[in-house]
Amino acid sequence: MSAIIEVKDLTVAFHTRNGVVRAVDGVSFRVEAGQTVGIVGESGSGKSVTCYSLLGLISQPPGRIEGGSAIFGNQDLLKLSEKDLQKVRGSRISMIFQDPMTSLNPFLKVGTQLVEPLRLHQGLDKAAAWKKGIEALAEVGIPDPATRMDQYPHEFSGGMRQRVMIAMALITRPQLLIADEPTTALDVTIQQQVLDLIKDLQKRLGIAVVFITHDLAVVHEICDVVNVMYAGRLVESASAADLFAHPRHAYTRALMRSIPALQKKGEPLYTIPGLPPDLSQLPDGCAFRARQIPDRQALCLTTKKPPLLEIASGHWVQACPGCVEGGLPL
Amino acid sequence: MLRFIFSRLLQSLLVLVVVFTATFFLIRLKPGDPFKGEKAMPASVLAQMNKRYALDQPLWKQYFIHAGAFARGDLLPSMRYEGVQNSKIIKDSFPVSLLIGLSALTIALGVGLPAGIIAAVRKNTWLDYSAMSLAMLGICLPTFVMGPILQWIFALKLGWLNVAGWFERTDWILPAATMGFIYAAYIARLTRGGMLEILNQDYIRTARAKGVPGKQIVIKHALRGGLLPVVAFLGPAFAGITTGSFIIEKIFQLPGLGQHFVGSVFNSDYTLVQATTVFYAALLVLINLGSDILQAWLNPRIRLT
Amino acid sequence: MTAAASAIPASLPRGRSLGQDAWARLRKNKLAMVCGVVLIAIFLMCYLGPLFCTYRLDAQDLELKATPPSAAHWFGTDEAGRDQLVRVLSGGRVSLNVGLLATAVSLIIGVAYGATAGYLGGRTDSVMMRFVDVLYSLPFMVFVILLTVAFGRSMWLLYLAIGAVEWLTMARIVRAGVQAQARMEFVEAARSLGLSNSRIIFRHIVPNVLGPVIVYTTLTVPAVMLLEAALSFLGLGVQPPNSSWGSLIDQGAKSMETYPWLLVIPAAFFSVTLFCLNFVGDGLRDAIDVRSGKD
Ligand SMILES: Nc1ncnc2c1ncn2[C@@H]1O[C@H](COP(=O)(O)OP(=O)(O)OP(=O)(O)O)[C@@H](O)[C@H]1O
Ligand SMILES: [Mg+2]
Repeated sequence: MSAIIEVKDLTVAFHTRNGVVRAVDGVSFRVEAGQTVGIVGESGSGKSVTCYSLLGLISQPPGRIEGGSAIFGNQDLLKLSEKDLQKVRGSRISMIFQDPMTSLNPFLKVGTQLVEPLRLHQGLDKAAAWKKGIEALAEVGIPDPATRMDQYPHEFSGGMRQRVMIAMALITRPQLLIADEPTTALDVTIQQQVLDLIKDLQKRLGIAVVFITHDLAVVHEICDVVNVMYAGRLVESASAADLFAHPRHAYTRALMRSIPALQKKGEPLYTIPGLPPDLSQLPDGCAFRARQIPDRQALCLTTKKPPLLEIASGHWVQACPGCVEGGLPL
Repeated sequence: MLRFIFSRLLQSLLVLVVVFTATFFLIRLKPGDPFKGEKAMPASVLAQMNKRYALDQPLWKQYFIHAGAFARGDLLPSMRYEGVQNSKIIKDSFPVSLLIGLSALTIALGVGLPAGIIAAVRKNTWLDYSAMSLAMLGICLPTFVMGPILQWIFALKLGWLNVAGWFERTDWILPAATMGFIYAAYIARLTRGGMLEILNQDYIRTARAKGVPGKQIVIKHALRGGLLPVVAFLGPAFAGITTGSFIIEKIFQLPGLGQHFVGSVFNSDYTLVQATTVFYAALLVLINLGSDILQAWLNPRIRLT
Repeated sequence: MTAAASAIPASLPRGRSLGQDAWARLRKNKLAMVCGVVLIAIFLMCYLGPLFCTYRLDAQDLELKATPPSAAHWFGTDEAGRDQLVRVLSGGRVSLNVGLLATAVSLIIGVAYGATAGYLGGRTDSVMMRFVDVLYSLPFMVFVILLTVAFGRSMWLLYLAIGAVEWLTMARIVRAGVQAQARMEFVEAARSLGLSNSRIIFRHIVPNVLGPVIVYTTLTVPAVMLLEAALSFLGLGVQPPNSSWGSLIDQGAKSMETYPWLLVIPAAFFSVTLFCLNFVGDGLRDAIDVRSGKD
């Protein structure tokens, strides 16, 4: 299959008052047509920054893309001018965000915001765009879409707003949808509805999806391929089936242990001990070392960043001897 | 919305009563007498005058006589300018203050808004720094420093305009520019702050992710929210400009209402003080109401409830 | 009980390190630091300078009349032959006094009022803040003028009058902060320990809304000085032989064509002081990182 987007060695840093924050450090992944690719990791592991930098959405300064490439079609997104990027955003790659309560402009009608991509990228006139907007709202399951178009975001519930965001993102039929924790801010029943909606639309429209989350249960449900991020680096990447069957990296296993549904009843909830490292003072070697169980800690690399190794077909893991279960093929 | 306006009007009425009462007693606390002017009056005339303005009555009676007249819309004649109705003084002088005030506000908005928007969009560039330094200058140079400087340059050195007075059609320019510059400074700072806050909002990121070009993001997505603090400031600003014209009118020798107010305070012209104060308060109440309605209209969340 | 007791001191060390953090950030702000140094210099000059001046404040030299700055009179003399240096410096002392004292008055009223409203909450709060809204819509310059004439021209009353109209915004800021803080755990804890309301307000809540208050206070001082100068300019402020920067500017403006130094020097002192106060205030705002309490 052909790759829709291929990201190689993406490195992003923030130059702040308190030093250089290496938010993304040499991340590579690819998304194939019609695939759903998950990016998982704890808060602050660099998931959002990875995706924002693809579309030039991180604030520069303080942010700076220090290296890498992101081939989309025949273009390198990281090298496009702001003007060319504008043509990609919202037409060929769309995004939805975590917090639907703040992601819609409270001063503009929902309809106006919804049809903006159509007006911008397809040059539709107002009436035609509006008509398509009503269809798009109906498509994401909003009842009485014609009246809803004329309302303001505050008249919508959180779940409805996320539906509007999804409709807005897909209204131009992009090739790639980046969903940055689209369900995190919603309550559980709504979460499932929104997830089903994304799954359904993805199938129907045949778009590729990059799905960011810190919830492995969600990943399990909708992703084909999973990338696990820790402290700005990829620690493991495999097909979802493979990853859940044979998690290799200690961090991935720790994440899996902490899924509440998979834990035995009666046992206290497992949480990964310690905190993620300060990204402005990353250790030279394995970033997970400080949180490893003591007797494995000694085995972790301390001098150089562990490289990604393909230990089974399509299964990549960060090759730190302390972190990889069952040893490394040498 | 109608209920809101109605309750506000009711509240305004209360404000006017309080203002009238406070003014009535405060000005009578001032040492001095309305009729102790330059020329001494014969005792009989003085007694007659006191009678006419009910000054010979006990204070509480005076209060109700004056309050009653005001309630009927009669602002009474001036004590100092014999036989001239206070309402006529206001009608003659207020348009001068209003003209200066409106043109100052226009200048302030015309300069302050673009400066603030540009400073916010080009944050931390030399454009931002120079606009904001200029704004700081406007805030720190009081009108009574700014005014003489402008007089000196444009009237004395260049001779383009009159130093002071109210004779020619161009006489509004210098006072309006003086006041306008200072309010422009406040507006620029407020605009910058408001715009910066909005430009950091999530929904601006959404707009960018949709591929909206930079200019349209500012105009279509950010301006409405970013200008809310400025709109909120417009009420007080307009109020400050029209009721705070005392200094400008003194510098430029303008026959505006401010001059009359200050003069009446110095002269203990009780009725004129009362009339101007109540007029100012009524004006303020109206301006604030208008500014609230405008804010509600700009903000859909308030508009619809 | 023990949990509650430990919750209270737990909030204190964090507050201190927050202060140190802010100080470190402020120190990096060159402009604010320079302005701070200039301010200190101006304060020293105004409060100590007149002691070292050779001329008395009201000593006239009618033969000399107005002379431009010279070795004998650094800032020149006015029409009555009075030394401008000592007049400008002691005028500055008056202006700064008004600024500081009136701000203190507004601070006391505003903090007490805002803290009470925010802490009590509910109906009391909405009535109290409605009252502030009403006061906001009064023509306050008019009232400052009426207050100053009504109570004679005593300087103390001037401070009071200005402070009495300047406390409104302070009250709003404090209320917003207190309202946010009053719901915090350590306040609940203090309440469960049976501390009295006023003790909770002043020992536990006020320290936590200090940031915005400090910032707004720094910005109130120049606003008050501006107001005092405006009153002096209208002939309602300090009375001769005393002078303030406002009254000096007033006199200078009258003769700016013939004796420009009489306007330029006090105006420069006044503007530089305001400039520095505003920049220090802005710097503090950035360092403490507070949002304006109005919303
Ligand atoms: N504008 C910025 N300035 C400085 N540092 C930033 C900025 N934006 C992000 N970072 C840093 O980059 C790191 C990665 O942030 P990112 O938002 O990608 O995390 P995330 O994995 O998306 O977490 P979450 O699950 O909380 O969304 C964080 O440590 C954060 O501190
Ligand atoms: Mg994120």
